[in-house]
Amino acid sequence: MLDFYGTTLANGFMLGTAQYPSPAILADAFRRSGASVATVSLRRESGQDRAGQDFWQMIRALDVHILPNTAGCHSVKEAVTTAHMAREVFDTKWIKLEVIGEEDTLQPDVFGLVEATRILTEDGFQVFPYTTEDLVVADRLLHAGCEVLMPWGAPIGSGLGLNNLFGLRAMRAHFPDVPLVIDAGLGLPSQAAQAMELGFDAVLLNTAVAKAGDPAAMAEAFATAIRAGQLAAAADPMEPRDMAAPSTPVIGKAFLS
Amino acid sequence: MKNVTVIGAGVAGLCVARTLLDRGARVTLIDRQRDLGPAACSWWAGGMLAPFCEGESAEEPVVRLGQEAADWWEAKTQAVHRHGSLVVSPARDRSELTRFARRTSGFREVSAPEIDALEPDLGGRFSKGLFFESEAHLAPREALQRLRASVLADGAEFVEADADPADHATRGLTVDCRGFQARADLPDLRGVKGEMLVLSCPDVSLSRPIRLLHPRIPLYIVPRGDGVFMLGATMIEGQAGRHVTARALLELLSAAYALNPAFGEAEVLEIGVDSRPAFADNIPRIRQSGNLIRANGLYRHGFLLAPALARMVTERIFDNTTPEVMDETAT
Repeated sequence: MLDFYGTTLANGFMLGTAQYPSPAILADAFRRSGASVATVSLRRESGQDRAGQDFWQMIRALDVHILPNTAGCHSVKEAVTTAHMAREVFDTKWIKLEVIGEEDTLQPDVFGLVEATRILTEDGFQVFPYTTEDLVVADRLLHAGCEVLMPWGAPIGSGLGLNNLFGLRAMRAHFPDVPLVIDAGLGLPSQAAQAMELGFDAVLLNTAVAKAGDPAAMAEAFATAIRAGQLAAAADPMEPRDMAAPSTPVIGKAFLS
Repeated sequence: MKNVTVIGAGVAGLCVARTLLDRGARVTLIDRQRDLGPAACSWWAGGMLAPFCEGESAEEPVVRLGQEAADWWEAKTQAVHRHGSLVVSPARDRSELTRFARRTSGFREVSAPEIDALEPDLGGRFSKGLFFESEAHLAPREALQRLRASVLADGAEFVEADADPADHATRGLTVDCRGFQARADLPDLRGVKGEMLVLSCPDVSLSRPIRLLHPRIPLYIVPRGDGVFMLGATMIEGQAGRHVTARALLELLSAAYALNPAFGEAEVLEIGVDSRPAFADNIPRIRQSGNLIRANGLYRHGFLLAPALARMVTERIFDNTTPEVMDETAT
């Protein structure tokens, strides 16, 4: 159904693995979500001795596609090193590339992002770039070898939803054939549904589920919303209009007044 | 009289030994180390007895069982300070405080003047907080030393040895309280790395543990008295290496600085790193196979849950009850 670098995903739900109250709750959230992709951060959970083995083993046992990420990397070099480590640990070419440019908003350093993409693509990686809705940057990323784009909805962990609807619509219209994923900023299922209604192919989120009071229930809520949005987009929604359009005939009324 | 060997003399082993002695058992305590020290995860504990605060992310049994802790430690060690705990957040992260309040109970909201009255050295920096009046804290090393002294004074025999619990159980009733050291025998036990600092900062005075909420860097600071503070703690999936990371130091220190810039002048007395033993749901477990009982998985709740875990182990031994944290699957 959805093609990401030749891999078909069953649905448009990518779920992060950080910040859950416990691994048991994480596993439960994944079961309820039916998410087809798990993102996992290497940098925070490792250290020089790669001590995250237990945790990584548990992520593998979720039995979904694994998308390692370079979360927390602030430079091209850091991101490239982390990507190599990820390939070794998870035996995958996929890498969610994050090069953070600003500490308060965690917005991407798009210059570093393009450079790191070029390096990693030449090295055989399949890059999922965490980017903004900027069309010029998006174009550069595609030229650097990306076959997927992941614009933010809002700053990471903010839960603000889709901040720049115009920009995201423009991006969808501008790149009709590129798989587009909303990455970051979602707080509520309705926002995920909205992203899918705009025609995005998937959403990626973490905090909204992990930090919910009942992460597993919230995971299911997001899965349901994503499915609803996806169905709605495929069903060709009506166009909004300014005046009422009665759904039943209005006979005997002076409707041309 | 029941003869019981307890292997591991950290917080779990000492609490089990104490409760067994209280019921009249003859106890032998075995540990690799002759003295209490940094090899035990509990050596590096914060010592917060804060069951209600833990309810923010922990499951119900932690909140309920943790309420036994303050009275127990007070009775056994007289090392408990009952001044409550205070939770604050920087103004821009106010939503963290709202979220924390929604997930917990047993607190009252406090305003700037009330925070000022509770902790004058936080004065003016926080406009809103949560005060958990019934919570307590202790100095872990002092409490462990007192507990150990009382256990030995009441007749427990101490043996310095690297004992194998399974082998030992062939000769008599054995309780394995080795924490993360038992990992080879408990395949579902994992390590959760924690990093912490001990600071000396005589310019700052605090009466109770303070939790500073932050979306990425939650921190607590526990006063040890005499201008000494324990600052913790990172929570990272994975077994700890030998060294603390620069990132952890940066995060911990910058959070302390946010609490009070005077921490910039603090001297760093100790830097600690260790692995907390935890099961998948971060709740402790008791498992029995014949003469061998394993009590493990206290996670970040060593001082908070060890009294309840010890009580359940002892009830198992003396009353043959099935504790709520007992697994059916024996290993």
